[in-house]
This record gives sequence, structure tokens and C-alpha cells, in this order.
Amino acid sequence: MNEKLLKDMCQAFGPSGSECEIRAIIEAEIKNYVDEVTTDVLGNLIARKKADAPKMMLAGHMDQIGFLISHIDEKGYLKFANIGGFSEYALFNQRVKFKNGTIGVIRSERVENMKADFNMEKLYIDIAASSKEEAEKKVKIGDTCVYCNETYVDDNIIMTPALDDRIGCYIMIEAAKKLKNPVYDTYFVFTVQEEIGLKGARASGYTVDPDYAISFDVTGSFDTPNALKFPSKMGDGAAIKIKDNSLICSPDVVNFMEKVAKDNNIPYQFEILTIGGTDSGAIQMTKGGVKAGVVSVPSRYIHSDNEMCSVKDVENCVELTVKILETRIS
Amino acid sequence: MVTTKEFLISLCNSTGVAGFEFQQTAGLVSDAFREFCDEVWTDTLGNVIGHKKGKGKFSVLFSAHMDEIGLMVSGYEKGGFLRFTPIGGYDQRSLVAQEVYVHGKEDVYGIIGVKPPHITTAEEAKKAHKIEDMAVDTGLDDEKLKELVRIGDVITLKREVVELRNESIAGKALDDRAGIAALYQCMKDLHKTDCDIDVYYVASTQEEIGAKGALTAVYELKPDIAIALDVCHGLTPDVAEPKGKKMGGGPVISRGINIHPRVFESLVKTAKDHYIPFQKEVLPGPSGTDAMTMQIAGAGTASGVISFPLKYMHTSVEVMKMKDIMLTSKLISNYVLDLCGKDLEEMLCL
Amino acid sequence: MLIKRLTDANGLPGFECEVREIIKEEIKPYVDEMYTDRMGNLIAVKNKNKAGRHIALSAHMDEVGLCVSHIDKDGYIRFHSWGVDARILPAKIVRIGKDRVVGVTGTKAIHLQDPEERTKALPVDKLYIDIGAESKEEAEKLVEPGDFVAFDSEYVEFGNKVKAKALDDRAGCLAIIEMLKSDYPHKLTACFVVQEEVGLRGSIISAYQIDADLVLNLEGTIAADTMSIKEHQTVNIQGDGPSISMIDRTSIYLKKYIDALTEVADKNGIPYQFRRSQMGGTDAANYHVAHGGTPVVGLAVPCRYIHSPVSIVDKRDLENFLKLTQKFVFAYGNGEIL
Repeated sequence: MNEKLLKDMCQAFGPSGSECEIRAIIEAEIKNYVDEVTTDVLGNLIARKKADAPKMMLAGHMDQIGFLISHIDEKGYLKFANIGGFSEYALFNQRVKFKNGTIGVIRSERVENMKADFNMEKLYIDIAASSKEEAEKKVKIGDTCVYCNETYVDDNIIMTPALDDRIGCYIMIEAAKKLKNPVYDTYFVFTVQEEIGLKGARASGYTVDPDYAISFDVTGSFDTPNALKFPSKMGDGAAIKIKDNSLICSPDVVNFMEKVAKDNNIPYQFEILTIGGTDSGAIQMTKGGVKAGVVSVPSRYIHSDNEMCSVKDVENCVELTVKILETRIS
Repeated sequence: MVTTKEFLISLCNSTGVAGFEFQQTAGLVSDAFREFCDEVWTDTLGNVIGHKKGKGKFSVLFSAHMDEIGLMVSGYEKGGFLRFTPIGGYDQRSLVAQEVYVHGKEDVYGIIGVKPPHITTAEEAKKAHKIEDMAVDTGLDDEKLKELVRIGDVITLKREVVELRNESIAGKALDDRAGIAALYQCMKDLHKTDCDIDVYYVASTQEEIGAKGALTAVYELKPDIAIALDVCHGLTPDVAEPKGKKMGGGPVISRGINIHPRVFESLVKTAKDHYIPFQKEVLPGPSGTDAMTMQIAGAGTASGVISFPLKYMHTSVEVMKMKDIMLTSKLISNYVLDLCGKDLEEMLCL
Repeated sequence: MLIKRLTDANGLPGFECEVREIIKEEIKPYVDEMYTDRMGNLIAVKNKNKAGRHIALSAHMDEVGLCVSHIDKDGYIRFHSWGVDARILPAKIVRIGKDRVVGVTGTKAIHLQDPEERTKALPVDKLYIDIGAESKEEAEKLVEPGDFVAFDSEYVEFGNKVKAKALDDRAGCLAIIEMLKSDYPHKLTACFVVQEEVGLRGSIISAYQIDADLVLNLEGTIAADTMSIKEHQTVNIQGDGPSISMIDRTSIYLKKYIDALTEVADKNGIPYQFRRSQMGGTDAANYHVAHGGTPVVGLAVPCRYIHSPVSIVDKRDLENFLKLTQKFVFAYGNGEIL
């Protein structure tokens, strides 16, 4: 585990639409392992390892969920809109940070009724400004902020904000480093604006026009006390997605990934979600259609500031990715 | 050569859940299309495309989706049971006490069971069984089951078509295999005719989860006009006008945001000119058909929707009349003939 | 296969004819006399003139289903339910009347329902059968109010199980037929009764017509050993053997006779289980109180999804059910028990 890299990536500021900081980290990390690196109009980072072979596009999104300031009131409190999907319950009392380092906390006043008081109407961000003027010195309308919490890593688990989807990006970077004999013209695409509708993937999918696509993202871990009955669990291996709300993965790709995992004794599991989506959902529909699959990291508490996953699963995902890139899909 | 009805029955009895059309249905479709098309191929997303070559003047595409709604294995439970999750929109109440096939390494038969009435409270009996609490009972030992079935395998309801009165047929997946039958009849009627426009017949995939196949097929084929053939609701004791259309009343020509006004008008004109009985329908919002995505594929397509009444949609006992399929086919084959010799720009001018 | 023929036949309450004819044909060579009473019960006697212990076996021929109540103006058929939870009815293929006119139970498409509707059970009076008729007149040529409606569900073997409709109580009928076919040396009366599912009605009069020392009532009973059912609610577990009744809504079975049954089972190494519920009722109730009181034993084969078109029995349970019936009857006739 490259702990430093992972921590830097998870702590980098990058809500959808503001991916500069995280992109710079990724670019610096990957450029020595690929043949060319470009950034497109939307901000997608496209790193290509060339080969005279079918095109394989890997996609992981750089953006994270966050908040956009929509109003500053007379007393200096901020109202906000969400970037990506949140549960209002998870927002209460969260510390947030802005790109310029300003820190705030999401609050409502007295909580008497969970339903009535935990909604966007009542919630506000407090940056400890005493007036509108003072607040505006630190934050402007249209500025964005993200969850602020430390990144914890030990031998077993990772617990951090922005695990979704810095962990997918991390897996792609580590795979690029370990890759010896790629059998594809491989595009490592670090996408933008996934959280607000797979925007970066749609544009970069069109540009790359791949034969195959695999995206890397987090998925649910259904092993909490009253979890829904779905297959994926933290620690049970790299998850091969069968379907979510954005796509049914191409059976050819699913079967191929399963075979690679089996042949190389890499622990794997299948994953099915009825909600949520990921970049492959958009890439699959590009132009005349792309055969697409997804490698997922089972994670608990997705879209909170304590997203959690297993270190072993991440290592298995890296391993699986390397082997996928070194095996021809038949 | 089989009759269109025989072809339709074989399609409905075949397995082809959204995303898994290749399992049986796509093969049947491409074999049938091959008889009457100049070329037939399957594209990346699994669409089966039949091409009747013209003289390159312009092209018209008809799509009908071959995927059906289904279920997917999402887990094992002790005692030979399988949990499942739906693919496409099922009424959970229609799944109780049904026989199914789980399409694993081999087809595994099973039952979606139900709690016996003797231990059901009166209060419970008023509520629908929830899909999350249902399971397929395979009668197999757990080990054997794991050997044969894996997570992600698809499940279809076991249902063979039955014929009802007045040339009605009942079964699963008539939505939208009936549309494919109409395409089949149309290509039979047209394959010997000389035509200066190109015709594409598309048996599309993944309509039930967002009209995906049609989007990529249209992007690739770039037709000038793309018309979706799909089902609408038939009149029943619990479905009245305007939501329901008359069974046997002929094709329903739709008008709405997914439909190019001139395509609507020209379809109506063809129906009138050839004395084909037809009905009209307004689709003010997303049409819920391939036209939703075909209209916005690539640089855009002049799209249309023709539908035919179907009762009990998305159950395993969908009912429709052969008459409506034959009339629909007559409408589209005459539409193609009427388009021949037309000036496209003039015709589609807004 | 006999169980397939029995379950594929239709025998709604009051319309048990198809089933009765199969049974008559099967047992004819093995009985001294048989007759059908006024209500339709088939009563047969084997070894009529043998003295000694006289045992009677009873099982019901009827099954759950529907009955046509009305044909509406557009030719749709409305119905009553006989012993069926309305929630199993949507999207089924059914057969109406002796000619087996095919129809489907339609429901409003999901697209036209509000989300709230989908969580509610559809009551019988909201359901209807579609035979494809275009008018009331057309439908009336084929179907009449009062016609029975049976589920279209064929016998299927899968895994260790058998699926069919009406296993409750064709399994019981099968056990009696097999018993009659055996070389049983003592007097035996067989009662194949009607209208059990609509209030244990046939056995009221069959009980009156026989005069046995002991009645063995053979049934299909509940097995709720399925997902999301709590262990204490399972009633019976499939594969654990035939089920011995202790109590139900209509009878309490006497300990002495239960012990005799378990003694025979133990002696022959046949697995069995006790029925762990007081719900449901059986014909035993009527035999119990007839003729100033008759001892009754109840034995049943556990059925999952009972009272649905897709009831399931475990093949091993069915085999042990037949075996225990035979061993018990022989032991009783020979004076080894009781």
C-alpha cells in the first residue's frame, strides 16, 4: 500500500467541477509510466500507454461529492446546494473545508424533529464570520467545499472522506506502475463530474472511442447488521459488477474478468446494485456502443466522511487490473 | 418459412432478458431476418440489424425491442433458495406463485413461493408480498445449487404462449416481441419490392432499462427516419380511454415530444391512403420507447412511434391480438413504399 | 405416473368427477364394491366379508380454485374464490369448466399504478379472467356462472421435489389407492370425499355411511420451511418425513393413537414429524364424532405453497407417507398395535 499517495489523494480538494488539485497529483504520479498525458476540455486526465492493439479505456473519477454556496445571509451564515447525492442526516455537524483552507461546520439550530430539522431548508454552514462582509472575505457565492476529515489507514482498513472515488484512481495508478506487458492500447482516464451524472466519462468515452471499457469505483458492502441482501462484502475480494442502475455490464467483459481472476487466483466476488451508477454506464452507450465492465471496491458508508474499505480488496483490485491488461479478451 | 404467428410464439417462449438477449432470442431473430434481408448482423450492444438495400437515397429505420423484463440472482439462502432482484419494472404482485427457470450452467427449474394462508394474519393478507422477501425454491441441495447457479444469472418466468379467443395470444414478452413479429411480416412483404430507400430493421436490446440498444444502433446507422414499434395499453375493465386503446383497433400512431411532427403526419397519411384502421395517442412526455433515445442519437433523427394495444403489460400473461400486429406491419410496409420517390428534405421540413 | 394423472386432473369442490373417474378405474380390480353417494363421495370396500378389525381410510378429492360468478358486458369473467389467498391470483393461466376454456387473470399494468397501489393486495373482486372474448354474448357461449376455474399447472419433478397443483389432497388419494392395491388381508373401507376445501362437507355424510373401528385420515398439510419464515412458524419441515397431527382447528387427536402411529414408524425406521400448528382443519373432525364417536388418526404429507397452483412435496416425504400408511394399516389389521 502506498499510504502517502493514498492520503494525498484522499485529502486533495476536488468536488465535481473543481478537480484541478487532485488532477495535478495524479498527473505527477502517473506520467512516468505512460506514453502521453493530456487534459481535455472538461478536465478529464487521459493517460495513454500505447500499443498496436484494441483500445481499452479504464476510468475512475477524480471528483468527490461536495457543496456549493448559494447564499450568504446578513449574519454571515452560508446556505448551500449539494453536489452529488447526500442524506441530510449525514450532513449534520460535519466539518467542511474550502479550497482556500476556510473551515466551516454544517448545522441546524435546535433539533426537535429529525425530519423537519435535517433538511436543506434548515441546514446552514457556519464559518464563524460575524457578518456578511466578513464571510465574503473568505467565501464567495459559487465556491465549493467538501467534507473535512482525516484519512486513516492501517494494515486492514482505510477510512476517509473521498474514498469514492480516489480509491478507483489509486488502483489505476498502481496498476499502471506494475503493468509489464499490456496487450491493449490502454487509456487511463481520470474523469470529472461523475457524481453529477457521469459527465466526464461521456465526453472522454467519445474522444477515446474504445473497444472495451472498465471503470473503477466503490460499491456497497452488505455486511452491516441490517444490510440489504446483496452479494458484495468488504474483505471478500475485488468486486466484479454485474449491474447497477446505470448499466448491465456486458456479459463478455464480466466473464472475462472472472476468468482472469480465477486463472490468477485473485480473490473476487460479484456485485449487484439496484441504485447508483458509475462511469461505465455512460461509456457503454458511447457512439455505436462499447463493451463495458466495472471493478468495484466494496465500501461501507459511501458518501459520508468515513467511507471505509478493505486494504486487501484494494490490493486485489490492483492485481486484477494488471492481469486484465495483460490478458486478451477473446 | 414460418408464419408470423408461429415466429412470434417462438420468440415469446424464448429467453432474452435485457442485457442477455443473446441467450436465445437474438439467435431466433437473426435466423428469421436472414431469410428476407440483404444482410443481417449483430452489433456491439447485441442489436440484431437487418438491412434491405436501397439506392442510397435516404434511409428509414424501424426498431422493436427484443429484450424482456426478468429477474437476476442476487444471493443464496439456506435450503436451496435463491434471492433475486428485478431487471425492468415488475408488479411484485404478479410474481407470487410463479414457476421460473434460472439460466445458470443449465436451466434450473424453481418456484417463487408464498407463505401459506393458514399462518397469514388478516392484516398481512391485505398487503402485497414484497419482492425483497421472495425467493426461488429450487428443490436442490445448497452445494449443487452453487455449482449450477452463480450470482448474476438471469431468471425468467416459465410461460408458454396460450391462444385465447379471436386470434388473441397470451404470454410473456409480447412487449415487444410482437413488434419484432411486425417487422418480420413487413420484411416478408417488402423483400421482393424494388425500393430506392434503405430500410433497417432493428431488433434492439436493453429497451427495458433505458432504450440503450436503439441509441447506439441509430448512432451507427445514421438513418434519416427512425420509428419505434412498441406496445401501448389495451382497454380492460381497469384501464379506460385515453390510457387504454382498443384491442383490434389497429396500430396506434403517436404524437408527442419524442416524435417528429412530419413523421406523425406522414404515418397518418399512409394509414388513410391505404384504408388501414388506426388509432391515435398523445405522448406528452418521454415515450418510454426506443424513440426516446433514437431522437437524440448522433446529430438527431426524425423519429416516430407506432404502438399496438397490449393488456396486462409487464406480466407473464400479456395479451394481444394478431390483427393489430398484421395491421401494424401493413402500415409500415406501405409507409416504406410511400416514402420511395419522396424528397426527404421537403417531407421533413419543419 | 399416477400422482401426475391425479394432480393434472381438475376437481374443484362439487366438480370432483375427473378425479373420481381416475380413482374408480384404478381401484376397480382391487375392491369388492364401490359406489358414489349423493354428494359425490366415492366409497369402496376391500375384503368386505372379513371379520376382525375394520379400518377406514379417508382423503379428499377436491382442490382449491375459483368459481365463475359473473360475466361482464365486455366478456370479462368475475369469480369467487374457494380457499385461495387472492394474492396468488394475478398473472396466472386458468382453465374454466369441463371444457377447460383457457383464460388469464389480468391486472392493471404497473405503468398505470401509483406506487401505493403496488404495495396493496388485490382483492378477489378487483380481479377478472380474460378469455379473449369480445363481448358478453361470446363469452356466455363458452362459460356460465357457476363453472369452476382450475389453475393451469402441470406436474413437474425437480431436484428432490415434485411440484403440482392439488397435492393437497391427491397425495392422500394416492396413498389410499396404493393401500387398496396391496395384499391387505383384512376389511378396509376407502373414502374419497368431496368438498373438504369449502368446510369439510363431504366427510359429514361419508362418516355416516361407514362403520369402522378406526379411521386414518390422509392429508396434504403445511410446510412453511421457506425463506423469511421464522423457525417456530414452519409447521413442518420438508424432508423430515410425514407429519402426524396432534391438534388442528377442528380436532384434537387422541394420544393413544398418535403413540401407535409413532410406534409403527419407529419400528420400521420411517422418519416422521409432528405438525406444529393448531391452524387448519381436516375431515378427521367429522369421523371423530360420527356414530357416537370413532377413533381417528391423522397423517399428512408436508406441502410447501399449499393452496397455490405450485404446491411442492418432497419426494422422500411422499414415499415415507405411503410407506407409513401401509405399515400402520397392516399393523392395525394384524392386531400388532392398539
